[in-house]
Amino acid sequence: MACFAVPAVEAIAVTAVAYILQKKEAARSLQVVKTEGAEIEDNKTPFSKKLKWLRNLLFGGALLLAFEHVWHGEVVPWFPFLTAVQNGEAAQMLHEMATVGVSMAALITLVWVGMVLVTNALEKRAVKLQPHSAKN
Amino acid sequence: MTLLIAVFAAVIATAVWYVKPDAARHKVGLLVWMYWGAALMWLVDAVFEFIELKAAYFTPEPADMLNDAFLGLSVVALALVVWIVVLLVKDPDGRVRDALRRKK
Repeated sequence: MACFAVPAVEAIAVTAVAYILQKKEAARSLQVVKTEGAEIEDNKTPFSKKLKWLRNLLFGGALLLAFEHVWHGEVVPWFPFLTAVQNGEAAQMLHEMATVGVSMAALITLVWVGMVLVTNALEKRAVKLQPHSAKN
Repeated sequence: MTLLIAVFAAVIATAVWYVKPDAARHKVGLLVWMYWGAALMWLVDAVFEFIELKAAYFTPEPADMLNDAFLGLSVVALALVVWIVVLLVKDPDGRVRDALRRKK
């Protein structure tokens, strides 16, 4: 009915957080360059970039699922845009959003957490494998 | 059927992204995110449907299956259209820019 709305809302929130974090990371790296006097090579993927992976998964999935809802006539291009609201099935729609929609957002977030953990482990291994001279 | 088509599309897009050295520059990652995002969401949808329908979930009516397959292919096409529009707008190889210059 409108289950894709939950991941879409999460995607908007993640986009805002990633944007703020990216600004903070840029300011921090500028500060490091100023105080250290030279640019330090950092092999770690910034967290804002990792958040963008989550944003891409959520927005991508929500877009294609929105199309599916248009296909099934559950989303229409006129107000109130959702046929469930038009037909007085708003409670049923909200129940679906709370169950299916939240589960969708949760699964995507869980997959993303797994991706971040694997990436962190790979980055740590790469640092360990670096020759001692490269670290200094 | 829609889930199956989305998973196949996601795996193919991921394989292309991995094998082709310039795939990242050509925004293949966009397709990878879209297909995997949709596949995961449809997986949840499928689980809820299975809980409701039990074994009947695996024996859909031929008309429903055809409609779902048609929907799956349309979703793949929509993602491809989004990707080609982004690719032409970003124009990483400058081909659109060159073509426009040549016209002048």
